[in-house]
Amino acid sequence: MSMHQTVMNFNNCYSLNSLKEVLEQLPHIQMLGIKIVKLERKSSLFKVDYAPEFIGNSDTGLIHGGIITTLLDSVGGAAVYSVLSEGVSLATLDLRLDYLRQATPGLAVMASAEAYHQTRNVVFVRGSAYHHQPDEPIANFVASYMVGSVGFSPNA
Amino acid sequence: MPDNTSDLFEKMMAFKQAGEFELIGTLIPYAGLVGLELVKENAGLITVLRSKPGNIGNTMISAVHGGVVGALLEHAGIMHIICECDITRLPKMINLSIDYLRPCLGTSDTYARGHIIKQGKRVTNIRIEAWQSDPSRPVAAAHAHFLMAQEK
Repeated sequence: MSMHQTVMNFNNCYSLNSLKEVLEQLPHIQMLGIKIVKLERKSSLFKVDYAPEFIGNSDTGLIHGGIITTLLDSVGGAAVYSVLSEGVSLATLDLRLDYLRQATPGLAVMASAEAYHQTRNVVFVRGSAYHHQPDEPIANFVASYMVGSVGFSPNA
Repeated sequence: MPDNTSDLFEKMMAFKQAGEFELIGTLIPYAGLVGLELVKENAGLITVLRSKPGNIGNTMISAVHGGVVGALLEHAGIMHIICECDITRLPKMINLSIDYLRPCLGTSDTYARGHIIKQGKRVTNIRIEAWQSDPSRPVAAAHAHFLMAQEK
């Protein structure tokens, strides 16, 4: 595989359909019931339905921040895989999130991510979690992912 | 919440006063789902993430999902503030920044400890580290800001 892939050429990349299948089968994705709504080159859209087991505050019914973090790490990872050559693995290097407004108990949470920059070793991602519109985010996030190191490569 | 009356907060404070720290965590459904538990040691509170097959996010090296590692760090941070600080309401997370340092293997438990960098009137800055077999070899670390005071 070429180490220096041009961003516009996705010929050697994972097939989006098989990526979607493999990622949806991961144990923790299954456990939370996270669904991949859309997966394109450089961007992804995930969804998780509300569940009582996700609650972090029993007074309000608000979901635990861990659900948001998991959804964002997942959607960001998928955006990165979409630009990687087949067989290349990924590991999250860092992830920062800002909580902008509270989630609404009972509603599904959507998360979108965009892989906006790619270098030989690192892919940079930004995105958000929201209920209805991306311009009303529950949380914004930025993350970077190491590629080709210890990590997971979906064998498509 | 219209005011600061909170059943959850009252229950947590009751367990805290009774020294039953491990029971504080049982009030949170998500903690039960992924296996987060609290252990009070002399050196302070430790949050434990139990090894659970359902927490795996990487089946190639059987690593815990990065989001669950993040959840452990966040949970350890908030629980540290609840258990170790004088508070009048539940702290609210403003932001969280996670560094992933080493693979967090799903085959063993993971531990996390918070360390308050600064406690202000309105905001607390806390550093959290997580490790598996050796505290000097952390698998992940985070810093977070929590809002302590009532807004407005």
